[in-house]
Amino acid sequence: MKILVLVKQVPDTATQVKIGANPKAIDTAGITWIVSPYDEFAVEEALRIKEKRGQADVVAVTLGPDRAKEALRSCLAMGCDRAIHLNDPAWAEADTLATAKALAAVVKQESPELVLTGRQAIDDDMGAVPAQVAELLGWPCAYWIMEEAVDGDGKTARTGRQVEGGLEIFDVPLPAVLSAQKGLNEPRYPTLKGIMGAKKKEIKDVKAGDLGLGAETPQLSVVALEALPPRPPGRIIQGDVPTAVKELVRSLREDAKAI
Amino acid sequence: MHLELTEEQRMIQAMARELAESEIASVADEIDREARFPHETVKRMGELGLMGIAIPEQWGGSGSDTIAYVVALEEIAKVCASHAVVMSVDNSLYGEPVLRSGTDAQRERFLKPVASGHAHGCFALTEPEAGSDARNQHTLARRDGDHYVLNGRKLFITNGREASFALVFCQTDAARAHHGITAFVVEKGTPGFTVAKTEDKLGLRASDTAELVFEECRVPVANRLGDEGMGFTIAMATLDGGRIGIAAQAVGIAAGAFERSLAYARERKAFGARIGDHQMVQWMLADMATAIDAARLLTHRAAWLKDREEPYGVAAAMAKLFASDTAMRVTTDAIQVHGGYGYIKEYRVERYFRDAKITQIYEGTSQIQKLVIARDVLGGHDDRA
Repeated sequence: MKILVLVKQVPDTATQVKIGANPKAIDTAGITWIVSPYDEFAVEEALRIKEKRGQADVVAVTLGPDRAKEALRSCLAMGCDRAIHLNDPAWAEADTLATAKALAAVVKQESPELVLTGRQAIDDDMGAVPAQVAELLGWPCAYWIMEEAVDGDGKTARTGRQVEGGLEIFDVPLPAVLSAQKGLNEPRYPTLKGIMGAKKKEIKDVKAGDLGLGAETPQLSVVALEALPPRPPGRIIQGDVPTAVKELVRSLREDAKAI
Repeated sequence: MHLELTEEQRMIQAMARELAESEIASVADEIDREARFPHETVKRMGELGLMGIAIPEQWGGSGSDTIAYVVALEEIAKVCASHAVVMSVDNSLYGEPVLRSGTDAQRERFLKPVASGHAHGCFALTEPEAGSDARNQHTLARRDGDHYVLNGRKLFITNGREASFALVFCQTDAARAHHGITAFVVEKGTPGFTVAKTEDKLGLRASDTAELVFEECRVPVANRLGDEGMGFTIAMATLDGGRIGIAAQAVGIAAGAFERSLAYARERKAFGARIGDHQMVQWMLADMATAIDAARLLTHRAAWLKDREEPYGVAAAMAKLFASDTAMRVTTDAIQVHGGYGYIKEYRVERYFRDAKITQIYEGTSQIQKLVIARDVLGGHDDRA
């Protein structure tokens, strides 16, 4: 069984994001880059499927600049067998659709039985790529999965998808695209041997031309980034308890309209 | 000049940090309070390959290098110095000499289980009357056919109770003084080998420090590491390398205490401002940050020299001396920054303060490091070999 895991390199969750000199982008100076945490769940799930089945070809795929190779090497250190790096100036301005087109083209070339990815990348939080890839391929797609079990002959995957208050269980025919929600699993740490072995594994570089694609005008363009307004300070209600409670209830009702 | 970690070293550092923060931090206070060896988390460290970082894969290790070892050790020590010392003993005090002086058969039997994280080793040199004066060995090993018979006591042995393998230094030819010292690997369970007691300590309370007793303990000749009389050379070379690990541990302790002080200085208010806005606190923080950076650079340099197979003994002594003094000073100031709260266990710098002290003592006291350094700068001969 072949599994493609689509990952994105994003700023570390602890990063204080600043808007760059170009107001349409963030300042990337000094940022520590990581594999988007939801994508790590996808990598972990792929590795578990492989371990359960005894064998599988797990391929990590990313679209990004040179630095994104480090994210691929993290996936290889965790245990992925090989990686594919979509790296081309033609994708410098890629929006989710352009990204999905490139990824779908790789999926077509590799023709895996399963594509796993995170429910969204934690940088721009668009969460669009998994569905777009599935749509472009004409494959079924289950989002926000918390449980997954590929059947013995690799024809369907039973998936539990998070919905309000419970799980929605689907039998998804393969090939399919599944996107991982937190809770699907607990990603492993790479072992030292895994880290040392990662450089011996293949990372294939792919250009837009290799997929028969060229630069295209993004459907979605960023006009500007704005910093969040500073959070207003909290308010402490003074006075004795009965009066203060009354004021709190009034304020929640009338000022905050929370109740 | 190239002051940058490789991508692999950074990945190893990140892995160690994640393990420390998400699994070790939550038990560190409790195991210190209860003086309990943390079997579970130490096992996790072994599974991830942290107990044989610079040991080749062939012998169960991870096949990385000394720099990766020190950056990983620092991350662990930042959170818990007790975990860090277990790591330092398995990697450098036990793993290194067995790798360097062992035969392939010995590496297979005695190194592989430790480097792969399935067992622990310990380094038994110190005796009641042989601390800094390590030549003064009284444990005797007399040859009897294809065995040696060991008699004597070893004191303050880190991992002593937990270790499956003890690297024991004995006198095989007392007439030859330290040229008559020989090293043996003694397996746990060998008749005549017992663990007499575990010490109750100021710091590193979760690590196990034990007294080992040998009474007519028969050890096969096949367990002798190197030739007869090579023991002291093996021990001294091992300590040169071990000191790099202790320097890294000291840097970690200091860095951990500094991080807490910084957070406290940003948060705590006095005289209408954050205490970090007050110049006297800033002064302390600036001194801490500078000393930690200097200690780290000395440590990395020693590791770098070792990886390049260049002489590194003096660099290791300087790193250990400076880093351990830094750990003591920084943890003292960390309590000072915290004021009264620093003296209370809840704020944790108290543990760092207690853990720091041993780094000035074990694997060569600060005074021994100064001796090593002074002999070198004065151009004196190295008479340790």
